[in-house]
Amino acid sequence: MQSILSVQNLSKVYPGGFHALKSINLDIYHGEIFALLGPNGAGKTTLISIICGIVNPGEGKVVAGGFDIVKDFRSARQLIGLVPQELSVPIFETVWDTVKFSRGLSGKPLDAAYLEQLLRDLSLWDKRHSKIMTLSGGMKRRVLIAKALAHQPRILFLDEPTAGVDVELRRDMWQMIRGLRDNGVTIILTTHYIDEAEEMADRIGVINKGQLILVEEKVSLMKKLGKKQLTLQLAQRLSEIPASLAEYPLSLSSNGEQLIYTYDEQNEKVKITDLLRRLADLQIEFRDLNTSQSSLEDIFVSLVEGK
Amino acid sequence: MNFYAIKAIYLFEMARTWRTLMQSIASPVLSTSLYFIVFGSAIGSRMAEIDGISYGAYIIPGLIMLTVLTESTSNASFGIYMPKFSGTIYEILSAPISAAEIVIGYVGAAASKSIVLGLIILITATFFVDFSIQHPFWMLAFLVLTSISFSLLGFIIGVWAQSFEQLQIVPLMIIAPLAFLGGSFYSIHMLPPLWQTITLFNPVVYLVSGFRWSFYGVSDVQVGISLGMIGIFILICLAIIAWMFKTGYKLKV
Ligand SMILES: Nc1ncnc2c1ncn2[C@@H]1O[C@H](COP(=O)(O)OP(=O)(O)OP(=O)(O)O)[C@@H](O)[C@H]1O
Ligand SMILES: [Mg+2]
Repeated sequence: MQSILSVQNLSKVYPGGFHALKSINLDIYHGEIFALLGPNGAGKTTLISIICGIVNPGEGKVVAGGFDIVKDFRSARQLIGLVPQELSVPIFETVWDTVKFSRGLSGKPLDAAYLEQLLRDLSLWDKRHSKIMTLSGGMKRRVLIAKALAHQPRILFLDEPTAGVDVELRRDMWQMIRGLRDNGVTIILTTHYIDEAEEMADRIGVINKGQLILVEEKVSLMKKLGKKQLTLQLAQRLSEIPASLAEYPLSLSSNGEQLIYTYDEQNEKVKITDLLRRLADLQIEFRDLNTSQSSLEDIFVSLVEGK
Repeated sequence: MNFYAIKAIYLFEMARTWRTLMQSIASPVLSTSLYFIVFGSAIGSRMAEIDGISYGAYIIPGLIMLTVLTESTSNASFGIYMPKFSGTIYEILSAPISAAEIVIGYVGAAASKSIVLGLIILITATFFVDFSIQHPFWMLAFLVLTSISFSLLGFIIGVWAQSFEQLQIVPLMIIAPLAFLGGSFYSIHMLPPLWQTITLFNPVVYLVSGFRWSFYGVSDVQVGISLGMIGIFILICLAIIAWMFKTGYKLKV
Protein backbone atom coordinates (compact mmCIF):
# COMPACT_ATOMS: atom_id res chain seq x y z
CA MET A 1 0.00 0.00 0.00
CA GLN A 2 0.98 3.58 -0.61
CA SER A 3 2.50 5.34 2.36
CA ILE A 4 1.54 8.96 2.98
CA LEU A 5 3.55 9.43 6.14
CA SER A 6 6.83 7.81 6.88
CA VAL A 7 8.66 8.02 10.20
CA GLN A 8 12.23 6.79 10.00
CA ASN A 9 14.44 6.02 13.00
CA LEU A 10 12.94 8.87 14.94
CA SER A 11 14.34 9.42 18.43
CA LYS A 12 13.71 12.14 20.93
CA VAL A 13 15.59 13.03 24.07
CA TYR A 14 13.97 15.82 26.08
CA PRO A 15 16.25 18.37 27.71
CA GLY A 16 17.01 16.80 31.04
CA GLY A 17 17.89 13.56 29.35
CA PHE A 18 14.54 11.77 29.21
CA HIS A 19 14.41 9.38 26.27
CA ALA A 20 10.84 9.88 25.07
CA LEU A 21 11.11 8.15 21.67
CA LYS A 22 13.50 5.37 20.77
CA SER A 23 14.13 4.90 17.08
CA ILE A 24 10.55 4.82 15.87
CA ASN A 25 9.86 3.42 12.39
CA LEU A 26 6.34 3.76 11.15
CA ASP A 27 4.57 4.00 7.82
CA ILE A 28 1.03 5.31 7.63
CA TYR A 29 -0.90 4.25 4.55
CA HIS A 30 -2.89 6.58 2.39
CA GLY A 31 -6.52 6.75 3.46
CA GLU A 32 -6.37 4.60 6.57
CA ILE A 33 -7.39 5.17 10.14
CA PHE A 34 -4.42 4.39 12.34
CA ALA A 35 -4.86 4.11 16.09
CA LEU A 36 -1.88 4.68 18.30
CA LEU A 37 -2.31 3.11 21.69
CA GLY A 38 -0.13 3.22 24.75
CA PRO A 39 -0.21 4.01 28.44
CA ASN A 40 0.26 7.50 29.87
CA GLY A 41 3.69 8.85 29.11
CA ALA A 42 4.35 6.32 26.36
CA GLY A 43 5.32 9.01 23.86
CA LYS A 44 2.21 9.32 21.69
CA THR A 45 1.89 13.09 22.00
CA THR A 46 5.63 13.50 21.60
CA LEU A 47 5.55 11.60 18.31
CA ILE A 48 2.63 13.63 16.98
CA SER A 49 4.16 16.90 18.17
CA ILE A 50 7.39 16.24 16.35
CA ILE A 51 5.59 15.42 13.12
CA CYS A 52 3.53 18.61 13.40
CA GLY A 53 6.48 20.84 14.25
CA ILE A 54 5.67 21.66 17.87
CA VAL A 55 8.54 19.71 19.37
CA ASN A 56 12.06 19.72 17.98
CA PRO A 57 12.88 16.43 16.31
CA GLY A 58 15.82 14.45 17.59
CA GLU A 59 17.56 11.98 15.32
CA GLY A 60 15.80 10.48 12.35
CA LYS A 61 13.44 11.90 9.79
CA VAL A 62 9.80 12.20 8.89
CA VAL A 63 8.36 12.50 5.40
CA ALA A 64 4.74 13.58 4.90
CA GLY A 65 3.20 13.31 1.46
CA GLY A 66 6.70 13.12 0.01
CA PHE A 67 7.92 16.24 1.83
CA ASP A 68 10.54 16.23 4.54
CA ILE A 69 8.93 17.88 7.57
CA VAL A 70 12.02 19.97 8.30
CA LYS A 71 13.44 20.86 4.90
CA ASP A 72 10.07 21.16 3.17
CA PHE A 73 8.09 22.23 6.19
CA ARG A 74 5.71 24.46 4.26
CA SER A 75 4.51 21.80 1.87
CA ALA A 76 4.46 19.14 4.57
CA ARG A 77 2.49 21.21 7.07
CA GLN A 78 -0.10 22.27 4.51
CA LEU A 79 -1.06 18.62 4.30
CA ILE A 80 -1.34 18.16 8.04
CA GLY A 81 -4.06 19.06 10.52
CA LEU A 82 -3.74 18.63 14.27
CA VAL A 83 -6.29 18.35 17.04
CA PRO A 84 -4.16 18.60 20.17
CA GLN A 85 -4.74 16.69 23.38
CA GLU A 86 -5.08 19.83 25.50
CA LEU A 87 -8.14 22.04 25.06
CA SER A 88 -6.08 25.04 24.01
CA VAL A 89 -8.47 27.54 22.47
CA PRO A 90 -8.37 31.32 22.15
CA ILE A 91 -11.18 31.99 24.61
CA PHE A 92 -11.79 35.63 23.69
CA GLU A 93 -12.31 34.86 20.01
CA THR A 94 -15.54 33.88 18.32
CA VAL A 95 -15.85 30.48 16.68
CA TRP A 96 -16.03 31.99 13.22
CA ASP A 97 -13.02 34.25 13.74
CA THR A 98 -10.82 31.48 15.03
CA VAL A 99 -11.69 29.12 12.21
CA LYS A 100 -10.96 31.88 9.72
CA PHE A 101 -7.68 32.52 11.52
CA SER A 102 -6.66 28.86 11.17
CA ARG A 103 -7.52 28.92 7.49
CA GLY A 104 -5.39 32.01 7.03
CA LEU A 105 -2.42 30.53 8.85
CA SER A 106 -2.27 27.69 6.36
CA GLY A 107 -1.77 30.17 3.54
CA LYS A 108 -5.03 29.43 1.78
CA PRO A 109 -7.56 32.09 0.78
CA LEU A 110 -10.79 32.27 2.74
CA ASP A 111 -13.44 29.82 1.55
CA ALA A 112 -16.55 30.88 3.43
CA ALA A 113 -18.74 28.18 1.92
CA TYR A 114 -16.37 25.43 3.00
CA LEU A 115 -16.02 26.83 6.50
CA GLU A 116 -19.77 27.11 6.83
CA GLN A 117 -20.21 23.49 5.82
CA LEU A 118 -17.47 22.49 8.25
CA LEU A 119 -19.15 24.27 11.15
CA ARG A 120 -22.49 22.80 10.19
CA ASP A 121 -21.03 19.30 10.11
CA LEU A 122 -19.66 19.84 13.60
CA SER A 123 -22.94 21.36 14.85
CA LEU A 124 -21.16 24.64 15.55
CA TRP A 125 -22.86 26.84 12.99
CA ASP A 126 -25.37 28.21 15.50
CA LYS A 127 -22.49 29.10 17.79
CA ARG A 128 -20.38 30.81 15.16
CA HIS A 129 -20.74 34.25 16.74
CA SER A 130 -20.24 33.03 20.31
CA LYS A 131 -17.05 33.66 22.16
CA ILE A 132 -15.26 30.40 22.73
CA MET A 133 -15.19 30.86 26.49
CA THR A 134 -18.96 30.55 26.51
CA LEU A 135 -18.87 27.07 24.96
CA SER A 136 -18.96 23.73 26.75
CA GLY A 137 -15.94 21.43 26.84
CA GLY A 138 -17.32 19.17 24.12
CA MET A 139 -18.00 22.18 21.91
CA LYS A 140 -14.48 23.49 22.49
CA ARG A 141 -13.15 20.12 21.38
CA ARG A 142 -15.20 20.44 18.21
CA VAL A 143 -13.84 23.95 17.68
CA LEU A 144 -10.37 22.41 17.79
CA ILE A 145 -11.44 19.90 15.17
CA ALA A 146 -12.89 22.66 13.00
CA LYS A 147 -9.64 24.60 13.29
CA ALA A 148 -7.63 21.54 12.33
CA LEU A 149 -9.82 20.96 9.27
CA ALA A 150 -10.10 24.61 8.21
CA HIS A 151 -7.36 24.21 5.61
CA GLN A 152 -8.59 20.86 4.24
CA PRO A 153 -5.62 18.75 5.33
CA ARG A 154 -4.89 15.33 3.84
CA ILE A 155 -3.50 13.93 7.08
CA LEU A 156 -5.31 14.51 10.34
CA PHE A 157 -3.88 13.88 13.77
CA LEU A 158 -6.37 13.47 16.58
CA ASP A 159 -4.69 13.31 19.97
CA GLU A 160 -7.33 11.77 22.25
CA PRO A 161 -10.23 13.40 20.42
CA THR A 162 -12.88 11.81 22.59
CA ALA A 163 -11.38 12.41 26.03
CA GLY A 164 -14.13 13.89 28.19
CA VAL A 165 -16.75 13.63 25.47
CA ASP A 166 -20.17 12.13 26.13
CA VAL A 167 -21.31 8.88 24.57
CA GLU A 168 -23.54 10.44 21.96
CA LEU A 169 -20.96 12.95 20.86
CA ARG A 170 -18.38 10.19 20.68
CA ARG A 171 -20.59 8.33 18.23
CA ASP A 172 -20.98 11.52 16.19
CA MET A 173 -17.25 11.99 16.16
CA TRP A 174 -16.64 8.46 15.02
CA GLN A 175 -19.14 9.06 12.27
CA MET A 176 -17.39 12.25 11.28
CA ILE A 177 -13.95 10.63 11.31
CA ARG A 178 -15.22 7.85 9.07
CA GLY A 179 -16.70 10.46 6.76
CA LEU A 180 -13.33 12.16 6.52
CA ARG A 181 -11.65 8.89 5.77
CA ASP A 182 -14.18 8.24 3.01
CA ASN A 183 -13.13 11.56 1.53
CA GLY A 184 -9.57 10.38 1.38
CA VAL A 185 -8.21 11.93 4.58
CA THR A 186 -5.68 9.79 6.38
CA ILE A 187 -6.30 9.71 10.11
CA ILE A 188 -3.95 9.02 12.98
CA LEU A 189 -5.62 9.00 16.36
CA THR A 190 -4.54 8.22 19.87
CA THR A 191 -6.95 7.03 22.47
CA HIS A 192 -7.15 5.36 25.82
CA TYR A 193 -10.54 3.86 24.94
CA ILE A 194 -9.67 0.55 23.42
CA ASP A 195 -13.18 0.07 22.15
CA GLU A 196 -12.65 3.21 20.11
CA ALA A 197 -9.64 1.72 18.37
CA GLU A 198 -11.48 -1.55 17.95
CA GLU A 199 -14.42 0.24 16.43
CA MET A 200 -12.58 2.67 14.20
CA ALA A 201 -9.08 1.64 13.29
CA ASP A 202 -7.82 -0.16 10.21
CA ARG A 203 -4.45 -0.63 11.83
CA ILE A 204 -3.18 -0.37 15.34
CA GLY A 205 0.17 0.59 16.74
CA VAL A 206 1.15 0.10 20.34
CA ILE A 207 3.80 2.30 21.85
CA ASN A 208 5.26 1.82 25.29
CA LYS A 209 8.13 3.66 26.95
CA GLY A 210 9.05 5.34 23.70
CA GLN A 211 9.21 2.12 21.70
CA LEU A 212 6.80 1.04 19.03
CA ILE A 213 6.22 -2.52 20.13
CA LEU A 214 3.67 -3.52 17.56
CA VAL A 215 1.98 -2.41 14.36
CA GLU A 216 -0.73 -4.64 12.94
CA GLU A 217 -3.91 -4.72 10.96
CA LYS A 218 -6.62 -4.64 13.57
CA VAL A 219 -8.34 -7.73 12.21
CA SER A 220 -5.24 -9.84 12.02
CA LEU A 221 -4.07 -8.57 15.38
CA MET A 222 -7.26 -9.73 16.96
CA LYS A 223 -6.97 -13.06 15.14
CA LYS A 224 -3.36 -13.57 16.00
CA LEU A 225 -3.38 -12.56 19.57
CA GLY A 226 -7.05 -12.91 20.27
CA LYS A 227 -7.54 -15.95 22.45
CA LYS A 228 -10.90 -17.62 22.44
CA GLN A 229 -12.31 -19.42 25.41
CA LEU A 230 -14.89 -22.12 25.47
CA THR A 231 -16.57 -22.46 28.83
CA LEU A 232 -18.57 -25.55 29.62
CA GLN A 233 -21.04 -25.51 32.52
CA LEU A 234 -20.74 -29.05 33.82
CA ALA A 235 -23.77 -31.05 34.87
CA GLN A 236 -21.75 -32.64 37.67
CA ARG A 237 -18.78 -31.26 39.46
CA LEU A 238 -15.35 -32.53 38.63
CA SER A 239 -12.66 -32.75 41.25
CA GLU A 240 -9.89 -32.79 38.67
CA ILE A 241 -9.36 -32.86 34.94
CA PRO A 242 -9.27 -36.48 33.75
CA ALA A 243 -5.75 -37.60 32.83
CA SER A 244 -6.88 -38.68 29.34
CA LEU A 245 -7.65 -35.02 28.53
CA ALA A 246 -4.17 -33.83 29.48
CA GLU A 247 -3.28 -32.99 25.88
CA TYR A 248 -5.88 -30.19 25.81
CA PRO A 249 -5.19 -26.78 27.37
CA LEU A 250 -8.00 -27.12 29.87
CA SER A 251 -8.56 -25.59 33.24
CA LEU A 252 -11.13 -26.21 35.88
CA SER A 253 -12.84 -23.49 37.86
CA SER A 254 -12.19 -23.62 41.58
CA ASN A 255 -15.68 -24.91 42.39
CA GLY A 256 -15.30 -27.62 39.78
CA GLU A 257 -18.42 -26.57 37.88
CA GLN A 258 -16.80 -25.06 34.81
CA LEU A 259 -14.35 -26.52 32.40
CA ILE A 260 -12.50 -23.87 30.42
CA TYR A 261 -10.81 -24.51 27.13
CA THR A 262 -8.55 -21.79 25.75
CA TYR A 263 -7.64 -21.86 22.10
CA ASP A 264 -6.46 -19.78 19.17
CA GLU A 265 -9.20 -19.30 16.69
CA GLN A 266 -7.22 -19.92 13.56
CA ASN A 267 -5.56 -23.30 14.12
CA GLU A 268 -7.62 -25.12 16.68
CA LYS A 269 -11.10 -25.14 15.25
CA VAL A 270 -11.02 -28.86 14.55
CA LYS A 271 -9.96 -29.73 18.04
CA ILE A 272 -13.19 -28.47 19.57
CA THR A 273 -15.20 -31.21 17.96
CA ASP A 274 -12.52 -33.65 19.08
CA LEU A 275 -12.71 -32.39 22.61
CA LEU A 276 -16.48 -32.56 22.74
CA ARG A 277 -16.41 -36.13 21.42
CA ARG A 278 -13.85 -37.14 24.06
CA LEU A 279 -16.00 -35.59 26.78
CA ALA A 280 -18.97 -37.56 25.56
CA ASP A 281 -16.87 -40.73 25.63
CA LEU A 282 -15.92 -39.97 29.23
CA GLN A 283 -19.58 -39.30 29.99
CA ILE A 284 -18.88 -35.80 31.18
CA GLU A 285 -22.06 -33.92 30.51
CA PHE A 286 -22.59 -30.21 30.36
CA ARG A 287 -25.64 -28.02 30.78
CA ASP A 288 -24.49 -25.05 28.82
CA LEU A 289 -21.57 -23.64 26.89
CA ASN A 290 -20.37 -20.29 25.69
CA THR A 291 -17.37 -18.88 23.93
CA SER A 292 -15.71 -15.53 24.44
CA GLN A 293 -13.03 -13.69 22.55
CA SER A 294 -10.45 -11.49 24.17
CA SER A 295 -10.86 -7.81 23.40
CA LEU A 296 -8.22 -5.47 22.14
CA GLU A 297 -7.99 -4.26 25.68
CA ASP A 298 -6.83 -7.66 26.94
CA ILE A 299 -4.34 -7.82 24.10
CA PHE A 300 -3.08 -4.37 24.88
CA VAL A 301 -2.71 -5.03 28.58
CA SER A 302 -0.87 -8.27 28.01
CA LEU A 303 1.46 -6.59 25.50
CA VAL A 304 2.31 -3.66 27.69
CA GLU A 305 2.74 -5.74 30.79
CA GLY A 306 4.76 -8.36 28.98
CA LYS A 307 7.45 -5.85 28.08
CA MET B 1 5.88 34.25 1.60
CA ASN B 2 2.68 33.15 3.30
CA PHE B 3 0.82 36.48 3.16
CA TYR B 4 -2.45 34.98 4.32
CA ALA B 5 -0.78 33.86 7.51
CA ILE B 6 0.83 37.24 8.15
CA LYS B 7 -2.52 38.88 7.60
CA ALA B 8 -4.26 36.40 9.90
CA ILE B 9 -1.81 37.04 12.75
CA TYR B 10 -1.83 40.80 12.16
CA LEU B 11 -5.61 41.02 12.16
CA PHE B 12 -5.86 38.77 15.22
CA GLU B 13 -3.54 41.08 17.13
CA MET B 14 -5.30 44.22 15.93
CA ALA B 15 -8.65 42.71 16.96
CA ARG B 16 -7.19 42.31 20.44
CA THR B 17 -6.48 46.03 20.44
CA TRP B 18 -10.08 46.86 19.61
CA ARG B 19 -11.33 44.51 22.28
CA THR B 20 -9.19 46.30 24.85
CA LEU B 21 -9.63 49.78 23.46
CA MET B 22 -9.86 51.49 26.85
CA GLN B 23 -6.69 50.02 28.16
CA SER B 24 -4.70 50.15 24.96
CA ILE B 25 -5.53 53.64 23.66
CA ALA B 26 -7.48 55.59 26.24
CA SER B 27 -5.24 55.02 29.21
CA PRO B 28 -1.94 56.09 27.60
CA VAL B 29 -3.66 59.13 26.11
CA LEU B 30 -5.05 60.04 29.50
CA SER B 31 -1.75 59.69 31.30
CA THR B 32 0.10 61.75 28.68
CA SER B 33 -2.54 64.44 28.93
CA LEU B 34 -1.82 64.58 32.65
CA TYR B 35 1.86 65.05 31.90
CA PHE B 36 1.02 67.91 29.56
CA ILE B 37 -1.11 69.58 32.19
CA VAL B 38 1.42 69.17 34.98
CA PHE B 39 4.73 69.65 33.16
CA GLY B 40 3.59 71.53 30.09
CA SER B 41 1.13 74.04 31.46
CA ALA B 42 1.53 74.20 35.24
CA ILE B 43 5.23 73.79 35.82
CA GLY B 44 6.31 74.49 32.25
CA SER B 45 5.07 78.07 32.34
CA ARG B 46 7.57 78.82 35.11
CA MET B 47 10.48 77.05 33.42
CA ALA B 48 13.06 78.70 31.21
CA GLU B 49 13.20 77.80 27.55
CA ILE B 50 15.59 75.03 26.54
CA ASP B 51 17.50 75.57 23.28
CA GLY B 52 15.09 78.36 22.53
CA ILE B 53 12.02 76.15 22.81
CA SER B 54 9.32 76.58 25.45
CA TYR B 55 9.42 73.80 28.04
CA GLY B 56 5.90 72.62 27.20
CA ALA B 57 6.86 72.11 23.56
CA TYR B 58 10.28 70.74 24.46
CA ILE B 59 8.87 67.72 26.27
CA ILE B 60 6.39 66.66 23.56
CA PRO B 61 8.77 64.40 21.60
CA GLY B 62 10.01 62.84 24.84
CA LEU B 63 6.51 62.19 26.10
CA ILE B 64 5.51 60.54 22.85
CA MET B 65 8.64 58.39 22.98
CA LEU B 66 7.92 57.45 26.59
CA THR B 67 4.53 56.07 25.64
CA VAL B 68 5.66 54.51 22.38
CA LEU B 69 8.53 52.68 24.08
CA THR B 70 6.55 51.24 26.97
CA GLU B 71 3.50 50.42 24.86
CA SER B 72 5.50 48.77 22.07
CA THR B 73 7.33 46.61 24.55
CA SER B 74 4.33 45.58 26.57
CA ASN B 75 2.07 45.05 23.55
CA ALA B 76 4.45 42.96 21.56
CA SER B 77 5.45 40.92 24.59
CA PHE B 78 1.85 40.28 25.55
CA GLY B 79 0.95 39.33 21.98
CA ILE B 80 3.34 36.39 21.84
CA TYR B 81 3.18 35.53 25.54
CA MET B 82 -0.59 34.96 25.55
CA PRO B 83 -0.63 32.05 23.07
CA LYS B 84 2.33 30.56 24.90
CA PHE B 85 0.45 30.85 28.17
CA SER B 86 -2.89 29.54 26.87
CA GLY B 87 -1.32 26.80 24.74
CA THR B 88 -2.74 28.08 21.46
CA ILE B 89 0.82 28.60 20.25
CA TYR B 90 0.66 25.01 18.98
CA GLU B 91 -1.22 26.33 16.01
CA ILE B 92 1.41 28.92 15.14
CA LEU B 93 4.22 26.40 15.51
CA SER B 94 2.51 23.76 13.38
CA ALA B 95 1.40 26.14 10.62
CA PRO B 96 3.25 26.38 7.30
CA ILE B 97 4.86 29.66 8.25
CA SER B 98 8.42 30.77 8.76
CA ALA B 99 9.84 32.60 11.76
CA ALA B 100 10.06 35.77 9.70
CA GLU B 101 6.35 35.66 8.92
CA ILE B 102 5.45 35.10 12.55
CA VAL B 103 7.57 38.07 13.58
CA ILE B 104 6.17 40.33 10.84
CA GLY B 105 2.63 39.49 11.98
CA TYR B 106 3.15 40.04 15.71
CA VAL B 107 5.68 42.84 15.63
CA GLY B 108 3.92 44.56 12.74
CA ALA B 109 0.68 44.68 14.71
CA ALA B 110 2.34 45.93 17.90
CA ALA B 111 4.28 48.57 15.99
CA SER B 112 1.18 49.73 14.07
CA LYS B 113 -0.60 50.21 17.33
CA SER B 114 2.27 52.24 18.78
CA ILE B 115 2.45 54.44 15.71
CA VAL B 116 -1.26 55.19 15.91
CA LEU B 117 -0.89 55.83 19.63
CA GLY B 118 2.05 58.18 19.03
CA LEU B 119 0.04 60.15 16.47
CA ILE B 120 -2.96 60.35 18.80
CA ILE B 121 -0.75 61.76 21.54
CA LEU B 122 0.72 64.22 19.08
CA ILE B 123 -2.76 65.43 18.25
CA THR B 124 -3.63 65.57 21.94
CA ALA B 125 -0.57 67.75 22.51
CA THR B 126 -1.88 70.40 20.11
CA PHE B 127 -4.65 71.07 22.62
CA PHE B 128 -2.15 71.96 25.34
CA VAL B 129 0.88 73.49 23.67
CA ASP B 130 1.79 75.46 20.54
CA PHE B 131 4.42 73.76 18.45
CA SER B 132 5.36 72.99 14.87
CA ILE B 133 7.19 70.10 13.23
CA GLN B 134 10.20 71.04 11.11
CA HIS B 135 10.87 67.64 9.51
CA PRO B 136 7.54 65.74 9.33
CA PHE B 137 9.02 62.96 7.21
CA TRP B 138 11.79 62.30 9.68
CA MET B 139 9.38 62.61 12.56
CA LEU B 140 7.35 59.79 11.04
CA ALA B 141 10.49 57.81 10.24
CA PHE B 142 11.71 58.02 13.86
CA LEU B 143 8.27 57.09 15.15
CA VAL B 144 8.05 54.04 12.86
CA LEU B 145 11.61 52.86 13.53
CA THR B 146 11.24 53.27 17.28
CA SER B 147 7.93 51.42 17.30
CA ILE B 148 9.42 48.57 15.31
CA SER B 149 12.59 48.30 17.36
CA PHE B 150 10.86 48.24 20.73
CA SER B 151 8.16 45.90 19.45
CA LEU B 152 10.99 43.55 18.48
CA LEU B 153 12.36 43.90 21.99
CA GLY B 154 8.88 43.22 23.36
CA PHE B 155 8.62 40.09 21.22
CA ILE B 156 11.87 38.83 22.70
CA ILE B 157 10.60 39.51 26.21
CA GLY B 158 7.33 37.72 25.46
CA VAL B 159 9.15 34.62 24.25
CA TRP B 160 11.48 34.73 27.24
CA ALA B 161 8.90 35.38 29.95
CA GLN B 162 7.60 32.43 31.94
CA SER B 163 5.09 34.36 34.04
CA PHE B 164 3.04 37.54 34.01
CA GLU B 165 5.41 39.08 36.55
CA GLN B 166 8.38 38.58 34.26
CA LEU B 167 6.33 39.96 31.41
CA GLN B 168 5.66 43.21 33.22
CA ILE B 169 8.93 43.65 34.98
CA VAL B 170 10.98 44.65 31.93
CA PRO B 171 8.73 47.48 30.69
CA LEU B 172 8.23 48.64 34.26
CA MET B 173 11.68 48.32 35.74
CA ILE B 174 13.91 48.90 32.70
CA ILE B 175 12.15 50.63 29.83
CA ALA B 176 10.28 53.25 31.87
CA PRO B 177 13.34 54.35 33.93
CA LEU B 178 15.49 54.46 30.79
CA ALA B 179 12.86 56.57 29.10
CA PHE B 180 12.62 58.96 32.06
CA LEU B 181 16.38 59.29 32.31
CA GLY B 182 16.82 59.44 28.54
CA GLY B 183 16.22 63.16 28.23
CA SER B 184 12.45 63.12 27.83
CA PHE B 185 12.04 66.01 30.24
CA TYR B 186 15.41 67.74 29.97
CA SER B 187 18.39 68.22 27.72
CA ILE B 188 21.23 65.96 28.75
CA HIS B 189 23.49 69.02 28.55
CA MET B 190 21.79 70.16 31.74
CA LEU B 191 23.40 67.21 33.60
CA PRO B 192 26.80 67.28 35.33
CA PRO B 193 29.58 66.02 32.96
CA LEU B 194 29.90 62.59 34.59
CA TRP B 195 26.18 61.92 34.19
CA GLN B 196 26.26 63.16 30.63
CA THR B 197 28.77 60.44 29.83
CA ILE B 198 26.84 57.75 31.70
CA THR B 199 23.64 58.81 29.95
CA LEU B 200 25.21 58.12 26.56
CA PHE B 201 24.93 54.40 27.38
CA ASN B 202 21.18 54.79 27.54
CA PRO B 203 19.79 53.91 24.10
CA VAL B 204 16.69 55.99 24.70
CA VAL B 205 18.80 59.17 24.64
CA TYR B 206 19.42 58.65 20.94
CA LEU B 207 15.76 58.04 20.17
CA VAL B 208 14.50 61.06 22.06
CA SER B 209 17.24 63.28 20.71
CA GLY B 210 16.63 62.27 17.11
CA PHE B 211 12.90 62.55 17.50
CA ARG B 212 13.20 66.02 19.05
CA TRP B 213 15.45 67.08 16.18
CA SER B 214 12.68 66.16 13.72
CA PHE B 215 10.39 68.55 15.60
CA TYR B 216 12.61 71.50 16.39
CA GLY B 217 15.89 70.99 14.58
CA VAL B 218 17.85 70.77 17.85
CA SER B 219 19.36 67.63 19.27
CA ASP B 220 21.60 66.40 22.10
CA VAL B 221 23.46 63.99 19.85
CA GLN B 222 23.91 64.05 16.10
CA VAL B 223 20.94 62.80 14.09
CA GLY B 224 23.10 60.41 12.08
CA ILE B 225 24.26 58.77 15.30
CA SER B 226 20.66 58.49 16.45
CA LEU B 227 19.66 56.69 13.27
CA GLY B 228 22.72 54.47 13.43
CA MET B 229 21.92 53.46 17.00
CA ILE B 230 18.33 52.56 16.12
CA GLY B 231 19.64 50.51 13.20
CA ILE B 232 22.07 48.66 15.46
CA PHE B 233 19.36 48.07 18.03
CA ILE B 234 17.02 46.59 15.41
CA LEU B 235 19.78 44.34 14.10
CA ILE B 236 20.59 43.05 17.59
CA CYS B 237 16.92 42.30 18.25
CA LEU B 238 16.56 40.51 14.91
CA ALA B 239 19.64 38.44 15.61
CA ILE B 240 18.28 37.38 19.01
CA ILE B 241 14.90 36.49 17.53
CA ALA B 242 16.53 34.50 14.74
CA TRP B 243 18.51 32.59 17.33
CA MET B 244 15.35 31.99 19.40
CA PHE B 245 13.56 30.42 16.47
CA LYS B 246 16.56 28.45 15.34
CA THR B 247 17.05 26.81 18.71
CA GLY B 248 13.37 26.87 19.64
CA TYR B 249 14.32 28.75 22.82
CA LYS B 250 11.29 28.70 25.20
CA LEU B 251 9.07 27.96 22.22
CA LYS B 252 9.85 24.35 21.49
CA VAL B 253 11.62 21.65 23.47
N1 LIG C 1 8.50 19.11 27.63
C1 LIG C 1 8.92 17.96 28.18
N2 LIG C 1 10.07 17.91 28.87
C2 LIG C 1 10.50 16.77 29.42
N3 LIG C 1 9.83 15.60 29.34
C3 LIG C 1 8.67 15.59 28.66
C4 LIG C 1 8.15 16.77 28.05
N4 LIG C 1 6.98 16.46 27.44
C5 LIG C 1 6.79 15.16 27.69
N5 LIG C 1 7.79 14.61 28.41
C6 LIG C 1 7.90 13.23 28.85
O1 LIG C 1 7.90 12.39 27.73
C7 LIG C 1 7.15 11.23 27.98
C8 LIG C 1 6.14 11.04 26.90
O2 LIG C 1 5.15 12.04 27.00
P1 LIG C 1 3.93 12.10 26.00
O3 LIG C 1 3.18 13.34 26.31
O4 LIG C 1 4.43 11.92 24.63
O5 LIG C 1 3.09 10.83 26.43
P2 LIG C 1 1.68 10.30 25.90
O6 LIG C 1 1.91 8.96 25.35
O7 LIG C 1 1.06 11.30 25.02
O8 LIG C 1 0.88 10.20 27.26
P3 LIG C 1 -0.67 10.50 27.58
O9 LIG C 1 -1.42 9.27 27.24
O10 LIG C 1 -0.67 10.73 29.05
O11 LIG C 1 -1.07 11.68 26.82
C9 LIG C 1 6.56 11.40 29.37
O12 LIG C 1 7.33 10.64 30.27
C10 LIG C 1 6.71 12.84 29.67
O13 LIG C 1 6.93 13.07 31.03
MG1 LIG D 1 -0.56 12.46 25.11
